[in-house]
Amino acid sequence: MSAAELLLVKNPPRARVSTRFLRSELKIIFGRRRNLAGMGVLAVVPVILAVAVRVSAPGQGDGPPFVSAITGNGLFVAFAALALELPLFLPLAVSAISGDAVAGEANLGTLRYLLAIPAGRTRLLVIKYAAIVIFALAATFLVAIVGVIMGLALFGGGDMTLLSGTQTSMADGMWRLALSSLYLAAQFSALGAIGLFVSTLTEQPIGATIAIVLVNVFMFILDSISQLAWLHPWLLTHWWTAFADLLRDPIATESIKRGLITALVYASVFWLAAWARLSTKDISS
Amino acid sequence: MTSAIADSAPVLTSGLTKRFRRQIAVDRIDLEVPDGAVYGFLGPNGSGKTTTIRMLLGLISPTAGEISLFGSSLRAGAPAVLRRVGSLVEGPAFHPYLSGRANLARLDAADRYSNPRDSRSRIDSALDRVGLLAAAEKRYRAYSLGMRQRLAIANALLMPRDLLVLDEPTNGLDPQGTREVRHLITELARAGATVLVSSHLLAEVEQICSHVGVMYEGRLVAQAPLSELRSSTVQTVRVDTDRSEEAAQVLAELGLSDIAISPGYVTATLGEVAVEKIMPNLVNADVPVLGFAVLQPSLEDVFVFLTGEGFDVSG
Repeated sequence: MSAAELLLVKNPPRARVSTRFLRSELKIIFGRRRNLAGMGVLAVVPVILAVAVRVSAPGQGDGPPFVSAITGNGLFVAFAALALELPLFLPLAVSAISGDAVAGEANLGTLRYLLAIPAGRTRLLVIKYAAIVIFALAATFLVAIVGVIMGLALFGGGDMTLLSGTQTSMADGMWRLALSSLYLAAQFSALGAIGLFVSTLTEQPIGATIAIVLVNVFMFILDSISQLAWLHPWLLTHWWTAFADLLRDPIATESIKRGLITALVYASVFWLAAWARLSTKDISS
Repeated sequence: MTSAIADSAPVLTSGLTKRFRRQIAVDRIDLEVPDGAVYGFLGPNGSGKTTTIRMLLGLISPTAGEISLFGSSLRAGAPAVLRRVGSLVEGPAFHPYLSGRANLARLDAADRYSNPRDSRSRIDSALDRVGLLAAAEKRYRAYSLGMRQRLAIANALLMPRDLLVLDEPTNGLDPQGTREVRHLITELARAGATVLVSSHLLAEVEQICSHVGVMYEGRLVAQAPLSELRSSTVQTVRVDTDRSEEAAQVLAELGLSDIAISPGYVTATLGEVAVEKIMPNLVNADVPVLGFAVLQPSLEDVFVFLTGEGFDVSG
């Protein structure tokens, strides 16, 4: 044994606890042009919505939820945009990121180099999932914030009339918007856990993304078949529109609570499934 | 060698086996890479080298058998001992839209044991060692195959390592690059690292290795110091003469076999015959000897001797 080796045995280098790996992951996600373009599309929706409502004649009622309230208070642009992007755009964005998480690295071959470092398989899944959750938050808040900016610019703020008819302050309205965005981000994070699991099954990131979108749409379809009412409470997407309950006075917490518990269960089950899959998988890509 | 040394050998496997659905890719191999060795891991494409290397790095789990690296068992995924191992597995693989430097920074960030403070200087010196510093800011997708290969080697050098596992490190490199990599490996070994280098190019490995392991159809058919492996193989003598027939007769009388007569020279397999007896006998028989040589078998000869077959892809 050389002197250096003896030193190594006496003072084995300790593993460092640091956010460096997570930051590097986020840099890859938010530095990728494809993802930035996707986020651009998400941000365009509230812009189009606000402009369309502004230029059209007032009082043209029927449209997506919240839209008729926009002329009363600009904050509703944000709520309406979230409601519009809820069925496809936001879940699609999360599907693309989560589908790419492991399958993308496997496809490039970088997975074998990460694991040989060793980055650690469990640690890799923790970091990947943390990045997915952060992306879900970023995407949801992006839509909300662009909505607020456009709404306030084109329609102004002031007191806000809630769905239950009561008036509340602008600050309270902002607070409710923040809660709604957090609630939806939690829902999309649960979808992201499904995505992470699917991503461990394949080496084709596009295939994984398509599969996750299919799962998402499939849940929406099941939720729309009233004969399957017994199944509805078990579907993740069933609780997504419950974010509107945050706009009642007092806030109707029942569905929100059920929705959060459902999301937590989906996230835990599918993260563990992803872990079970990846921790025993032969990395031959 | 004492058992204490063998116990802490950088790589030690016993009965290592990997079975994929139908076929056995690696069949009960007992690999031993001694400390400080440059171990040439040879075999044709498809002989199980890469599968073995993937098992050593914890990427795939063995169907049966044990692996120990520096005396610690490699069970349950990839324990901390792997931090002592730098690797290049089955060709380079990086994010195409990141620069060479950004790709290394990414891998360094994933390493729990690396110090973020000297990350930049370690990356620079790794890039410098493989001659890629000038192209550090270029996107990986713009790299040539040789540059990609160099980047993969740089990754293995990011941290000081006790063992380097290099799978086909000269793939895609031009002759100059191949020479540089050979030089680099020799340099690393001189600095105290153990190197396991796999290759299907025998001549290349022959120049740098101290030890050789030969894989064939999933089995480790030979493993020994290079010199030992050579002397265990048939040695050939060659006598240059203008009277080949008479020379052949003398060699036959001495007990050499496989005598081949060609115009101008005779070759024969030495066998158990003492080399020093040959010349006096030829002289006594009045055979004019223009030249005499004991031919060192090339690794290619050794390989053919061991497997009875040429060095082709095995299915």
